[in-house]
Amino acid sequence: MAKFGFFLGCIMPLRYPGIESSTRAVFDALGVELVDMQGASCCPAPGVTRSFDQTYWLSVAARNLVIAEKMGVDIVTICNGCFDTLFEAAHKLNHDAELRKKINKILKEAGVDEYQGTVNVRHFVELLYKDVGVEAIRAKARQGKGMKAAVHYGCHFLKPSNIKKIDDAERPHIFDDIVEAAGMTSLPFKDKGSCCGAGGGVRARTPDVALKMTKENLTNMQAAGAEVIVDCCPFCHLQYDAGQAQLKEFGIPVLHLSQILGLAFGLEKEKLGLECHLTKVNI
Amino acid sequence: MHRPVSVLAEAKEPNPEFTRKVVEAGGKTVNLCFQCGTCTGSCPSGRQTAFRVRKLVRRAQLGFEEDVLPSDDLWLCTTCFTCYERCPRGVEIVDVIMALRNMAVRKGYMAEPHRKVAELISKTGHMVSLRDEDKALRARLGLQGVPPTVFSDPKALEQVKRIGAACGFDKLTAGGK
Repeated sequence: MAKFGFFLGCIMPLRYPGIESSTRAVFDALGVELVDMQGASCCPAPGVTRSFDQTYWLSVAARNLVIAEKMGVDIVTICNGCFDTLFEAAHKLNHDAELRKKINKILKEAGVDEYQGTVNVRHFVELLYKDVGVEAIRAKARQGKGMKAAVHYGCHFLKPSNIKKIDDAERPHIFDDIVEAAGMTSLPFKDKGSCCGAGGGVRARTPDVALKMTKENLTNMQAAGAEVIVDCCPFCHLQYDAGQAQLKEFGIPVLHLSQILGLAFGLEKEKLGLECHLTKVNI
Repeated sequence: MHRPVSVLAEAKEPNPEFTRKVVEAGGKTVNLCFQCGTCTGSCPSGRQTAFRVRKLVRRAQLGFEEDVLPSDDLWLCTTCFTCYERCPRGVEIVDVIMALRNMAVRKGYMAEPHRKVAELISKTGHMVSLRDEDKALRARLGLQGVPPTVFSDPKALEQVKRIGAACGFDKLTAGGK
Protein backbone atom coordinates (compact mmCIF):
# COMPACT_ATOMS: atom_id res chain seq x y z
CA MET A 1 0.00 0.00 0.00
CA ALA A 2 1.10 3.55 -0.69
CA LYS A 3 2.93 5.61 1.87
CA PHE A 4 1.65 8.86 3.30
CA GLY A 5 3.14 11.97 4.89
CA PHE A 6 1.95 11.89 8.50
CA PHE A 7 0.87 15.39 9.47
CA LEU A 8 1.14 15.79 13.25
CA GLY A 9 -0.39 19.20 13.97
CA CYS A 10 -0.32 20.52 17.56
CA ILE A 11 -2.77 18.99 20.03
CA MET A 12 -1.95 15.36 19.25
CA PRO A 13 1.85 15.43 19.60
CA LEU A 14 1.84 17.93 22.49
CA ARG A 15 -1.20 17.10 24.65
CA TYR A 16 -2.31 13.59 23.63
CA PRO A 17 0.83 11.87 22.29
CA GLY A 18 -0.89 8.53 22.94
CA ILE A 19 -2.98 9.26 19.85
CA GLU A 20 0.27 9.60 17.87
CA SER A 21 1.81 6.38 19.17
CA SER A 22 -1.50 4.54 18.63
CA THR A 23 -1.83 5.85 15.07
CA ARG A 24 1.72 4.82 14.20
CA ALA A 25 1.20 1.33 15.65
CA VAL A 26 -2.24 0.81 14.04
CA PHE A 27 -1.13 1.91 10.57
CA ASP A 28 1.95 -0.29 10.89
CA ALA A 29 -0.28 -3.25 11.78
CA LEU A 30 -2.45 -2.51 8.73
CA GLY A 31 0.55 -2.24 6.40
CA VAL A 32 0.26 1.49 5.66
CA GLU A 33 3.58 3.33 5.79
CA LEU A 34 3.61 6.72 7.52
CA VAL A 35 6.58 9.03 6.94
CA ASP A 36 7.31 12.13 9.01
CA MET A 37 7.00 15.56 7.42
CA GLN A 38 10.20 17.19 8.70
CA GLY A 39 9.76 20.85 9.62
CA ALA A 40 5.94 20.93 9.33
CA SER A 41 4.15 23.50 11.50
CA CYS A 42 0.64 24.09 12.83
CA CYS A 43 -1.76 23.40 9.91
CA PRO A 44 -2.58 26.37 10.87
CA ALA A 45 -5.72 25.97 12.98
CA PRO A 46 -8.80 27.07 11.03
CA GLY A 47 -10.72 28.72 13.90
CA VAL A 48 -7.96 30.87 15.29
CA THR A 49 -5.99 31.54 12.11
CA ARG A 50 -8.38 31.59 9.17
CA SER A 51 -10.67 33.81 11.28
CA PHE A 52 -7.86 36.35 11.65
CA ASP A 53 -6.17 36.43 8.24
CA GLN A 54 -7.09 34.11 5.39
CA THR A 55 -3.99 34.94 3.32
CA TYR A 56 -1.64 34.02 6.18
CA TRP A 57 -3.72 30.90 6.90
CA LEU A 58 -3.47 29.77 3.29
CA SER A 59 0.24 30.57 3.01
CA VAL A 60 1.29 28.62 6.11
CA ALA A 61 -0.90 25.72 4.95
CA ALA A 62 0.73 25.89 1.51
CA ARG A 63 4.17 25.59 3.13
CA ASN A 64 3.03 22.34 4.76
CA LEU A 65 1.73 21.11 1.40
CA VAL A 66 5.13 21.92 -0.18
CA ILE A 67 6.86 19.62 2.33
CA ALA A 68 4.68 16.67 1.23
CA GLU A 69 4.96 17.60 -2.45
CA LYS A 70 8.75 17.51 -2.27
CA MET A 71 8.57 14.10 -0.57
CA GLY A 72 6.28 12.87 -3.35
CA VAL A 73 3.52 11.79 -0.96
CA ASP A 74 -0.07 12.63 -0.15
CA ILE A 75 -0.88 13.73 3.41
CA VAL A 76 -2.82 11.86 6.08
CA THR A 77 -4.08 13.58 9.23
CA ILE A 78 -5.91 12.26 12.29
CA CYS A 79 -7.37 15.68 13.17
CA ASN A 80 -10.50 17.35 11.79
CA GLY A 81 -8.99 20.82 12.17
CA CYS A 82 -5.77 19.95 10.33
CA PHE A 83 -7.87 18.13 7.74
CA ASP A 84 -10.10 21.15 7.21
CA THR A 85 -7.21 23.56 6.75
CA LEU A 86 -5.00 21.34 4.61
CA PHE A 87 -7.83 19.88 2.50
CA GLU A 88 -9.33 23.27 1.82
CA ALA A 89 -5.93 24.82 1.09
CA ALA A 90 -5.10 22.02 -1.37
CA HIS A 91 -8.57 22.25 -2.90
CA LYS A 92 -8.20 26.01 -3.47
CA LEU A 93 -4.56 25.95 -4.59
CA ASN A 94 -4.75 22.82 -6.78
CA HIS A 95 -7.68 24.24 -8.77
CA ASP A 96 -6.98 27.97 -8.91
CA ALA A 97 -3.77 28.92 -10.74
CA GLU A 98 -4.20 32.64 -10.03
CA LEU A 99 -4.49 32.09 -6.29
CA ARG A 100 -1.55 29.68 -6.37
CA LYS A 101 0.53 32.38 -8.05
CA LYS A 102 -0.39 34.87 -5.32
CA ILE A 103 0.45 32.46 -2.49
CA ASN A 104 3.66 31.29 -4.20
CA LYS A 105 4.81 34.91 -4.24
CA ILE A 106 4.49 35.01 -0.44
CA LEU A 107 6.23 31.64 -0.11
CA LYS A 108 9.11 32.91 -2.26
CA GLU A 109 9.46 35.96 -0.01
CA ALA A 110 9.75 33.56 2.94
CA GLY A 111 12.34 31.35 1.24
CA VAL A 112 9.91 28.46 0.67
CA ASP A 113 9.83 26.50 -2.60
CA GLU A 114 6.92 26.95 -4.97
CA TYR A 115 3.79 24.82 -4.53
CA GLN A 116 2.95 23.01 -7.79
CA GLY A 117 -0.57 21.96 -6.79
CA THR A 118 -0.22 18.16 -6.73
CA VAL A 119 -0.86 17.08 -3.12
CA ASN A 120 -4.04 15.32 -1.92
CA VAL A 121 -5.03 15.49 1.73
CA ARG A 122 -6.71 12.51 3.40
CA HIS A 123 -8.50 12.10 6.73
CA PHE A 124 -7.47 8.84 8.39
CA VAL A 125 -11.08 7.64 8.89
CA GLU A 126 -11.74 8.04 5.18
CA LEU A 127 -8.41 6.36 4.37
CA LEU A 128 -9.21 3.43 6.67
CA TYR A 129 -12.68 3.04 5.17
CA LYS A 130 -11.77 3.39 1.50
CA ASP A 131 -8.18 2.17 1.16
CA VAL A 132 -7.81 -0.34 4.00
CA GLY A 133 -11.44 -1.47 4.21
CA VAL A 134 -13.77 -2.42 7.02
CA GLU A 135 -13.18 -6.16 6.48
CA ALA A 136 -9.41 -5.86 6.93
CA ILE A 137 -10.06 -4.06 10.23
CA ARG A 138 -12.63 -6.63 11.35
CA ALA A 139 -10.14 -9.42 10.58
CA LYS A 140 -7.55 -7.87 12.91
CA ALA A 141 -9.90 -6.92 15.76
CA ARG A 142 -9.65 -9.42 18.58
CA GLN A 143 -10.71 -7.43 21.64
CA GLY A 144 -13.15 -4.72 22.67
CA LYS A 145 -16.30 -6.76 22.06
CA GLY A 146 -19.67 -5.29 22.81
CA MET A 147 -18.95 -1.88 24.34
CA LYS A 148 -21.56 0.77 23.61
CA ALA A 149 -19.92 3.67 21.83
CA ALA A 150 -21.07 7.24 21.15
CA VAL A 151 -19.32 8.00 17.87
CA HIS A 152 -18.54 11.72 17.45
CA TYR A 153 -17.74 12.71 13.86
CA GLY A 154 -17.08 16.35 14.67
CA CYS A 155 -17.62 19.04 12.05
CA HIS A 156 -14.66 19.36 9.72
CA PHE A 157 -14.18 15.72 8.76
CA LEU A 158 -17.22 15.70 6.43
CA LYS A 159 -18.16 19.37 6.11
CA PRO A 160 -18.26 21.38 3.94
CA SER A 161 -19.52 18.36 1.99
CA ASN A 162 -19.70 20.16 -1.35
CA ILE A 163 -15.90 20.00 -1.59
CA LYS A 164 -15.07 17.06 0.73
CA LYS A 165 -17.54 14.58 -0.80
CA ILE A 166 -16.69 11.83 1.73
CA ASP A 167 -20.02 10.76 3.22
CA ASP A 168 -23.50 12.16 3.82
CA ALA A 169 -22.96 15.10 6.15
CA GLU A 170 -26.32 14.69 7.93
CA ARG A 171 -26.47 10.88 8.16
CA PRO A 172 -22.95 9.54 7.79
CA HIS A 173 -21.99 5.90 8.44
CA ILE A 174 -18.33 5.25 7.58
CA PHE A 175 -16.92 6.06 11.04
CA ASP A 176 -19.64 3.97 12.74
CA ASP A 177 -18.84 1.07 10.40
CA ILE A 178 -15.17 1.10 11.47
CA VAL A 179 -16.07 1.31 15.19
CA GLU A 180 -18.43 -1.66 14.76
CA ALA A 181 -15.74 -3.59 12.87
CA ALA A 182 -13.55 -3.05 15.95
CA GLY A 183 -16.11 -5.00 17.97
CA MET A 184 -18.19 -2.18 19.45
CA THR A 185 -21.82 -1.15 19.09
CA SER A 186 -22.32 2.35 17.73
CA LEU A 187 -25.29 3.90 19.51
CA PRO A 188 -27.88 6.20 18.01
CA PHE A 189 -28.28 9.33 20.15
CA LYS A 190 -29.98 12.72 19.98
CA ASP A 191 -28.23 15.38 17.89
CA LYS A 192 -25.42 12.96 17.07
CA GLY A 193 -23.94 15.27 14.43
CA SER A 194 -23.66 18.23 16.79
CA CYS A 195 -20.47 20.24 17.28
CA CYS A 196 -18.37 19.52 20.42
CA GLY A 197 -18.36 23.28 21.08
CA ALA A 198 -14.64 23.95 20.78
CA GLY A 199 -14.26 25.08 17.17
CA GLY A 200 -14.05 28.48 15.51
CA GLY A 201 -12.03 29.98 18.35
CA VAL A 202 -15.01 29.58 20.74
CA ARG A 203 -13.09 27.42 23.23
CA ALA A 204 -10.29 30.01 23.43
CA ARG A 205 -12.51 33.11 23.63
CA THR A 206 -15.68 31.96 25.43
CA PRO A 207 -14.92 28.60 27.08
CA ASP A 208 -18.18 28.73 29.06
CA VAL A 209 -20.21 28.76 25.83
CA ALA A 210 -18.14 25.88 24.43
CA LEU A 211 -18.72 23.88 27.60
CA LYS A 212 -22.51 24.38 27.43
CA MET A 213 -22.51 22.77 23.98
CA THR A 214 -20.30 19.96 25.24
CA LYS A 215 -22.57 19.36 28.21
CA GLU A 216 -25.65 19.06 26.01
CA ASN A 217 -23.90 16.45 23.85
CA LEU A 218 -22.67 14.55 26.92
CA THR A 219 -26.21 14.52 28.34
CA ASN A 220 -27.49 13.01 25.08
CA MET A 221 -24.69 10.44 24.97
CA GLN A 222 -25.29 9.41 28.58
CA ALA A 223 -29.06 9.13 28.03
CA ALA A 224 -28.36 6.68 25.20
CA GLY A 225 -26.19 4.55 27.51
CA ALA A 226 -22.75 5.39 26.13
CA GLU A 227 -19.84 3.57 27.79
CA VAL A 228 -17.21 5.29 25.68
CA ILE A 229 -16.99 8.34 23.40
CA VAL A 230 -15.06 7.70 20.20
CA ASP A 231 -13.72 10.73 18.33
CA CYS A 232 -11.61 11.29 15.23
CA CYS A 233 -10.12 14.67 16.18
CA PRO A 234 -7.76 15.64 19.03
CA PHE A 235 -9.55 18.98 19.50
CA CYS A 236 -12.98 17.32 20.02
CA HIS A 237 -11.07 14.78 22.15
CA LEU A 238 -9.65 17.58 24.33
CA GLN A 239 -13.05 19.27 24.60
CA TYR A 240 -14.82 16.10 25.79
CA ASP A 241 -11.95 14.89 27.98
CA ALA A 242 -11.10 18.20 29.70
CA GLY A 243 -14.77 19.27 29.61
CA GLN A 244 -15.86 16.31 31.73
CA ALA A 245 -13.03 16.96 34.19
CA GLN A 246 -14.33 20.51 34.54
CA LEU A 247 -18.01 19.55 34.76
CA LYS A 248 -17.20 16.90 37.40
CA GLU A 249 -19.99 14.69 36.13
CA PHE A 250 -20.58 12.07 33.42
CA GLY A 251 -17.18 10.30 33.57
CA ILE A 252 -17.48 8.70 30.13
CA PRO A 253 -14.02 7.69 28.83
CA VAL A 254 -12.97 9.54 25.65
CA LEU A 255 -10.90 7.64 23.10
CA HIS A 256 -9.62 8.61 19.69
CA LEU A 257 -10.35 6.00 16.99
CA SER A 258 -6.63 5.17 16.78
CA GLN A 259 -6.70 4.19 20.47
CA ILE A 260 -9.88 2.12 19.97
CA LEU A 261 -8.20 0.25 17.11
CA GLY A 262 -5.03 -0.15 19.18
CA LEU A 263 -7.07 -1.80 21.94
CA ALA A 264 -8.99 -3.94 19.45
CA PHE A 265 -5.80 -5.10 17.73
CA GLY A 266 -4.35 -6.10 21.11
CA LEU A 267 -1.45 -3.64 20.98
CA GLU A 268 0.47 -2.92 24.18
CA LYS A 269 -1.82 -0.80 26.38
CA GLU A 270 1.14 1.25 27.66
CA LYS A 271 1.72 2.58 24.12
CA LEU A 272 -1.80 4.00 23.83
CA GLY A 273 -1.18 6.82 26.32
CA LEU A 274 -4.55 6.40 28.04
CA GLU A 275 -3.18 7.43 31.44
CA CYS A 276 -2.72 11.05 30.36
CA HIS A 277 -6.46 11.48 29.75
CA LEU A 278 -8.15 13.75 32.30
CA THR A 279 -11.32 11.63 32.33
CA LYS A 280 -10.25 8.26 33.66
CA VAL A 281 -10.18 5.45 31.12
CA ASN A 282 -11.31 2.32 32.94
CA ILE A 283 -11.64 -0.08 30.03
CA MET B 1 -25.60 50.62 26.03
CA HIS B 2 -28.96 49.30 24.92
CA ARG B 3 -29.18 48.28 21.28
CA PRO B 4 -32.51 47.63 19.54
CA VAL B 5 -33.13 43.94 18.96
CA SER B 6 -34.42 44.10 15.39
CA VAL B 7 -32.34 45.78 12.70
CA LEU B 8 -35.42 45.96 10.50
CA ALA B 9 -36.99 48.48 12.88
CA GLU B 10 -34.03 50.84 12.66
CA ALA B 11 -34.21 53.85 10.38
CA LYS B 12 -30.75 53.39 8.95
CA GLU B 13 -29.54 53.67 5.40
CA PRO B 14 -27.99 50.53 3.88
CA ASN B 15 -24.31 50.81 3.05
CA PRO B 16 -23.66 48.81 -0.15
CA GLU B 17 -19.98 49.76 -0.01
CA PHE B 18 -19.45 47.67 3.12
CA THR B 19 -21.39 44.75 1.63
CA ARG B 20 -19.15 44.93 -1.45
CA LYS B 21 -16.10 44.66 0.82
CA VAL B 22 -17.59 41.57 2.51
CA VAL B 23 -18.05 39.97 -0.92
CA GLU B 24 -14.47 40.83 -1.88
CA ALA B 25 -13.10 39.43 1.39
CA GLY B 26 -14.61 36.01 0.59
CA GLY B 27 -18.29 36.33 1.55
CA LYS B 28 -19.32 36.22 -2.10
CA THR B 29 -22.74 34.56 -1.54
CA VAL B 30 -23.95 36.95 1.20
CA ASN B 31 -26.52 38.63 -1.04
CA LEU B 32 -28.32 35.36 -1.84
CA CYS B 33 -29.87 35.14 1.65
CA PHE B 34 -33.68 35.52 1.77
CA GLN B 35 -33.89 35.40 5.58
CA CYS B 36 -35.65 32.04 6.06
CA GLY B 37 -33.84 31.37 9.35
CA THR B 38 -32.78 27.76 8.67
CA CYS B 39 -29.31 28.82 9.85
CA THR B 40 -30.50 30.13 13.19
CA GLY B 41 -32.69 27.05 13.70
CA SER B 42 -29.69 24.78 13.06
CA CYS B 43 -27.08 26.63 15.11
CA PRO B 44 -25.72 24.73 18.15
CA SER B 45 -24.17 27.92 19.51
CA GLY B 46 -27.40 29.89 19.15
CA ARG B 47 -29.11 27.21 21.22
CA GLN B 48 -26.94 28.26 24.17
CA THR B 49 -26.58 31.98 23.51
CA ALA B 50 -28.35 34.98 21.95
CA PHE B 51 -26.28 34.58 18.76
CA ARG B 52 -28.56 34.58 15.68
CA VAL B 53 -26.90 33.75 12.36
CA ARG B 54 -29.82 35.03 10.29
CA LYS B 55 -29.54 38.49 11.85
CA LEU B 56 -25.78 38.58 11.39
CA VAL B 57 -26.17 37.80 7.68
CA ARG B 58 -28.93 40.44 7.33
CA ARG B 59 -26.74 43.09 8.92
CA ALA B 60 -23.89 42.16 6.59
CA GLN B 61 -26.27 42.38 3.60
CA LEU B 62 -27.43 45.84 4.63
CA GLY B 63 -23.87 46.96 5.26
CA PHE B 64 -24.39 47.78 8.93
CA GLU B 65 -20.66 47.73 9.65
CA GLU B 66 -20.90 49.15 13.16
CA ASP B 67 -23.43 46.50 14.19
CA VAL B 68 -21.30 43.68 12.84
CA LEU B 69 -17.57 44.23 13.25
CA PRO B 70 -17.37 45.16 16.96
CA SER B 71 -19.97 42.52 17.87
CA ASP B 72 -19.14 39.67 20.26
CA ASP B 73 -21.74 37.55 18.43
CA LEU B 74 -19.43 37.35 15.43
CA TRP B 75 -17.13 35.17 17.55
CA LEU B 76 -19.76 32.73 18.86
CA CYS B 77 -19.80 30.67 15.65
CA THR B 78 -17.88 27.39 16.02
CA THR B 79 -17.70 27.08 12.20
CA CYS B 80 -19.56 23.76 12.45
CA PHE B 81 -20.94 24.24 8.90
CA THR B 82 -24.44 22.97 9.81
CA CYS B 83 -26.08 26.17 8.50
CA TYR B 84 -23.80 26.18 5.46
CA GLU B 85 -24.92 22.61 4.63
CA ARG B 86 -28.64 23.33 5.12
CA CYS B 87 -28.98 26.79 3.56
CA PRO B 88 -31.60 26.53 0.78
CA ARG B 89 -30.05 29.49 -1.02
CA GLY B 90 -26.51 28.20 -1.04
CA VAL B 91 -25.15 30.99 1.13
CA GLU B 92 -21.66 29.90 2.20
CA ILE B 93 -22.29 31.27 5.67
CA VAL B 94 -18.99 30.21 7.25
CA ASP B 95 -17.14 31.99 4.43
CA VAL B 96 -19.21 35.13 5.12
CA ILE B 97 -18.35 34.91 8.84
CA MET B 98 -14.66 34.38 8.05
CA ALA B 99 -14.68 37.47 5.82
CA LEU B 100 -16.34 39.53 8.56
CA ARG B 101 -13.91 38.25 11.21
CA ASN B 102 -10.90 39.10 9.04
CA MET B 103 -12.31 42.63 8.60
CA ALA B 104 -12.98 42.94 12.35
CA VAL B 105 -9.42 41.89 13.19
CA ARG B 106 -8.01 44.45 10.73
CA LYS B 107 -10.03 47.08 12.61
CA GLY B 108 -8.38 45.99 15.84
CA TYR B 109 -11.20 43.86 17.27
CA MET B 110 -9.32 40.84 18.59
CA ALA B 111 -9.97 39.31 21.99
CA GLU B 112 -6.95 38.81 24.25
CA PRO B 113 -7.14 34.98 24.30
CA HIS B 114 -7.19 35.01 20.49
CA ARG B 115 -4.29 37.43 20.31
CA LYS B 116 -2.29 35.09 22.54
CA VAL B 117 -2.93 32.01 20.38
CA ALA B 118 -2.12 33.96 17.22
CA GLU B 119 1.10 35.16 18.82
CA LEU B 120 2.03 31.57 19.74
CA ILE B 121 1.54 30.39 16.14
CA SER B 122 3.38 33.42 14.81
CA LYS B 123 6.39 32.97 17.10
CA THR B 124 6.66 29.18 17.53
CA GLY B 125 4.87 27.76 14.47
CA HIS B 126 2.53 25.80 16.75
CA MET B 127 -0.61 26.82 18.67
CA VAL B 128 0.28 24.63 21.65
CA SER B 129 3.47 24.89 23.72
CA LEU B 130 6.06 22.15 24.19
CA ARG B 131 6.67 21.56 27.92
CA ASP B 132 9.22 19.31 29.59
CA GLU B 133 6.43 16.98 30.73
CA ASP B 134 5.29 16.60 27.10
CA LYS B 135 8.79 15.58 26.02
CA ALA B 136 8.96 13.05 28.88
CA LEU B 137 5.57 11.55 28.05
CA ARG B 138 6.45 11.32 24.36
CA ALA B 139 9.69 9.53 25.20
CA ARG B 140 7.84 7.13 27.51
CA LEU B 141 5.50 6.25 24.62
CA GLY B 142 8.46 5.52 22.36
CA LEU B 143 8.15 8.76 20.39
CA GLN B 144 10.83 11.32 19.58
CA GLY B 145 10.83 13.68 22.62
CA VAL B 146 10.74 16.80 20.45
CA PRO B 147 8.36 16.21 17.51
CA PRO B 148 9.94 16.30 14.01
CA THR B 149 8.23 19.63 13.26
CA VAL B 150 9.33 23.28 13.39
CA PHE B 151 10.17 22.51 17.04
CA SER B 152 13.24 20.61 15.89
CA ASP B 153 14.02 22.64 12.77
CA PRO B 154 15.05 26.31 13.24
CA LYS B 155 15.26 26.90 9.48
CA ALA B 156 11.65 25.76 9.05
CA LEU B 157 10.53 28.00 11.90
CA GLU B 158 12.30 30.94 10.27
CA GLN B 159 10.25 30.34 7.10
CA VAL B 160 6.98 30.38 9.07
CA LYS B 161 8.01 33.64 10.74
CA ARG B 162 8.86 35.17 7.38
CA ILE B 163 5.40 34.21 6.06
CA GLY B 164 3.95 36.04 9.07
CA ALA B 165 5.99 39.13 8.23
CA ALA B 166 5.08 38.97 4.53
CA CYS B 167 1.35 38.87 5.41
CA GLY B 168 1.56 41.39 8.26
CA PHE B 169 0.26 38.69 10.59
CA ASP B 170 2.96 39.37 13.19
CA LYS B 171 1.63 42.95 13.50
CA LEU B 172 -1.93 41.71 14.15
CA THR B 173 -0.79 40.05 17.33
CA ALA B 174 0.87 43.21 18.65
CA GLY B 175 -2.30 44.50 20.38
CA GLY B 176 -6.09 44.56 20.24
CA LYS B 177 -9.23 46.23 21.61
